[in-house]
Amino acid sequence: MHKNIRAGIAAAATLAMVSSGAMADTVTVVTSFPKELTEAYKKAYEKKYPADKVEILNKGTPAGMAYVREQPAGSRAEIFWASAPDAFEVLAQEKLLAKVDVATGNIPAKVGDYPINDPEGFYRGQALAGYGLMWNTRYMQAHKLPVPKEWVDLTKPVYFGHVATSSPSRSGTTHLTFETILQGEGWDKGWTQILQIAGNSAQITERSFGVPDGVQNGQFGIGLVVDFFGLAAKSSGFPTDFAYPSVTAIVPANIAVVAGAKSPEAAKRFMQYTLSDEGQALLLDPKISRLPVLKETYAKAPKGYPNPFDGSITAKVKFDSDLSQNRYYVVSSLFDQVITFRHKELAAATQAIHEAQKRLGTRASPQLEEAKKLAWTVPVTEQQAKDAELLRTFAAKKGDDAAVKRKTQIEEEWSTRAKANYTRAAELAAAAK
Amino acid sequence: MTVAIALAIAAFLVAFLVVPVASVVYTAFASGDGGFTLSHVMAFFQISLMRESFWNSLYVAGASVVAASILAVPLAYFTVRFRFRGAALIQTLGVLPLIMPPFVGAVAMQLLFGRSGSVNLLLQEHAGFTIPFMQGLNGVIFVESVHYFPFILLNLVVALRNIDASMEESAQNLGAHGARLFRRIVFPLAMPGYVAGASLVFVKVFDDLGTPLVLGQTNMLAPQAYLRITSVGIEDPIGYVISVIMVVFSVCALWASARILKGRDYATLQRGGGGLHRRRLKPWQAVAAYAWIALVLLLVLAPHLGILMMSLSKVWSFSVLPEGFTLDHYATVFTQSPHMIGNTLLYCGIAATLDVAIGAAIAYIILRTRLPGREWLDFTASAALAIPGVVLAIGYLRAFKGLELPFADSAFTASWIALTLAYAVRRLPYALRSCMAALQQMHVSLEEAAENLGASKARSVRRVVIPLMMGGILAGFVTSFITAAVELSATIVLSSSASTAPMSYGIYLYMQSIAGRGPGAALGVIAVAIVGVGTYISYRLTDRSAEWTR
Repeated sequence: MHKNIRAGIAAAATLAMVSSGAMADTVTVVTSFPKELTEAYKKAYEKKYPADKVEILNKGTPAGMAYVREQPAGSRAEIFWASAPDAFEVLAQEKLLAKVDVATGNIPAKVGDYPINDPEGFYRGQALAGYGLMWNTRYMQAHKLPVPKEWVDLTKPVYFGHVATSSPSRSGTTHLTFETILQGEGWDKGWTQILQIAGNSAQITERSFGVPDGVQNGQFGIGLVVDFFGLAAKSSGFPTDFAYPSVTAIVPANIAVVAGAKSPEAAKRFMQYTLSDEGQALLLDPKISRLPVLKETYAKAPKGYPNPFDGSITAKVKFDSDLSQNRYYVVSSLFDQVITFRHKELAAATQAIHEAQKRLGTRASPQLEEAKKLAWTVPVTEQQAKDAELLRTFAAKKGDDAAVKRKTQIEEEWSTRAKANYTRAAELAAAAK
Repeated sequence: MTVAIALAIAAFLVAFLVVPVASVVYTAFASGDGGFTLSHVMAFFQISLMRESFWNSLYVAGASVVAASILAVPLAYFTVRFRFRGAALIQTLGVLPLIMPPFVGAVAMQLLFGRSGSVNLLLQEHAGFTIPFMQGLNGVIFVESVHYFPFILLNLVVALRNIDASMEESAQNLGAHGARLFRRIVFPLAMPGYVAGASLVFVKVFDDLGTPLVLGQTNMLAPQAYLRITSVGIEDPIGYVISVIMVVFSVCALWASARILKGRDYATLQRGGGGLHRRRLKPWQAVAAYAWIALVLLLVLAPHLGILMMSLSKVWSFSVLPEGFTLDHYATVFTQSPHMIGNTLLYCGIAATLDVAIGAAIAYIILRTRLPGREWLDFTASAALAIPGVVLAIGYLRAFKGLELPFADSAFTASWIALTLAYAVRRLPYALRSCMAALQQMHVSLEEAAENLGASKARSVRRVVIPLMMGGILAGFVTSFITAAVELSATIVLSSSASTAPMSYGIYLYMQSIAGRGPGAALGVIAVAIVGVGTYISYRLTDRSAEWTR
């Protein structure tokens, strides 16, 4: 019996070694993308290049970056594949990405005003994604809610407690959406809108996936989501729908070859494949539902598939990616301090204001105006947000103790101020006449 | 020979338990140049997110103990105090939740009890209000208490059964009745059992990583430790501070419970009194008891039914029950991820084999030899109980950083071997208990007889000791195996590639996308089935359900 067990273990161990494939070229892909997408690419690529093996490491974007960073050159993963462009910027700055030259078909240089490929050539756009509104049709019916068309619709009192969004510090795409609103509407008006939407939200979810997930199973009515979540849920048969508002940004999800990878040739092969017509067509799978970067692939798309190149999604905002990158940490942190961590107070203030408005009808009330101003004004002006000193403090690396201390101090200030404002706003609104 | 084996075991424990944990503690208190510093701990308490996580974890663990007690205490009292048929049902209640890992059930609970889950939809329609079972931290508390209340139930039942009837009679003779009898006699006598169960619930909830992650509640200690280490990086000291805090709490809770059990000696003189007097239920009492049992049974079955329905449903959204059933999700699992099932069987099989081999050897060394320092083997192996999975895994990442595997040119920490060893260390206490119990029941005269008949020591071990211990060894094997099969805390930190991932990680991965919910649930059902069969086997082997709570 013992012999059998031992033989079994030995056999199993050998099997596992062989299956992990020491002989063939292995393409290790570090990615934040869901299993449907990675599985489809793995299967198709291995079929086309039977000598290669694809190994998927599914990690959140920050975890993926840390993983690449911590491996020694020469034994790093081959491919880094994720949404957030800033993650690629950081990796490129740290010299962890390799410049590679792969021939591709007709991939335009820009979508809207946003360059699809890295101008310096470290990473390439592999698919396009836009933010939009996803809603659960049954939920909307049960609560008798009208279908929203624009971001600004979500500020209406009728949607109080039915909206969900994530935080920019948790997901790159959420950050882009709010940055788009800020750039489209201007700093002050944009923040007012964001605060109103957040005040109407049932929850600021911890993960960006929490939003589409909650809308899909009916926990929330409407969510701010990336298009593929909305499109994939709809085509999987869920009672949900999705639409792009007119103020939206279309941005690329990127792919890059890691510098110091174990098999650079295979890495290049894989990247080339994902950008080929064949590879791009995989994105059209209903369970994946992403927008290809290659123009001709849209010819294979089902009817009604959104196409950013033929004007079926209009992006009105001229997106300034330098501005976005400069104030990235300030915007994320500001959002967390005044919204994510103070959501309870903000929602209470918003509710009180909605109720007062209903009670007063069209009658003017200075108290109510004051309450609105307190609840929906961000405690930082555009001028302050541009301040080089502030930006530097927030972009400081870990280990710069003085900057970190200063940052914590500023954050605590924002947070305290926001809390006081919201509490006061709720009191004023309740007393408004 | 014995010395060599003891040294080998000691080396194993030092390498894969002591060193990783020590490196975590060291990193939490080491300054840049290697000296001692408290600045990381100070930094931890200066970050408001960390303070919040700390209180959240304490709150969730404490509230789960309270909620689990509300479920468990009446049930325990019914079984022991009254003579009625529900007792068998309660026995089942005590095992059912344990075969489903809480993170698997969590998603299904969202669909049943969430904001627009089945229960709240019905409530909204017929009663006009909803209950926020799953809102924020409530969800974690709800899921954890439904899952872990058996720990309190089983321990409390044992404690109540051990109360001697004569104690109760003396009290009654002295004029104590009703509430006073309960408060002054029954309650204090049952206290140790309750505390043992409650502290176990506290520790398990405090350490759990999977449930908060699946429910999206990341402002707690275990998820923060995981997120800090995986995204900020292995050098981030805050992750280690969190780990140390988690270990300290685990150790304190277990120590406190051991203390309470030891400090007051409640042993009564005679045995065989057969516990409290059993009474017959009055009709209205019977109705109340059965209603409570039915309610708890429904709660306990909810995650099982929910996950089963999820795995079979086409679409389940904003409706009381799913519409349209399909087997597609199972097909997806069997075409996409059959290797994950194989991986689980392989890793947990190896880990459980290691566990019973080491466990049997330690049991023999403790009970049959006079080796100096032998109790340290027992102590160290059992200490693994107090180390949260996420901490052990972080310790592996830290201690074995840069270690390359020979022949496979991959890092040790990224390989399945690290995962298997982590499983083995974490589950060793279970196997050890089982082997100790088996050997204790065997009289030494049997071995002496064999030796008198001319058998060498080794031969008597092989031919007499091991065969007679086999029941205990197998039970230990199964217990280690099934608990490892559904562990997520260490798995999620140490798993990196999809092809070497076990089922538990596969379930987690699937649950991260909309189209993956169905296949994830299907994989969950398969895991529950494997664990269920294993539990049944182990139950048959030992016939002691109390084994589970150790």
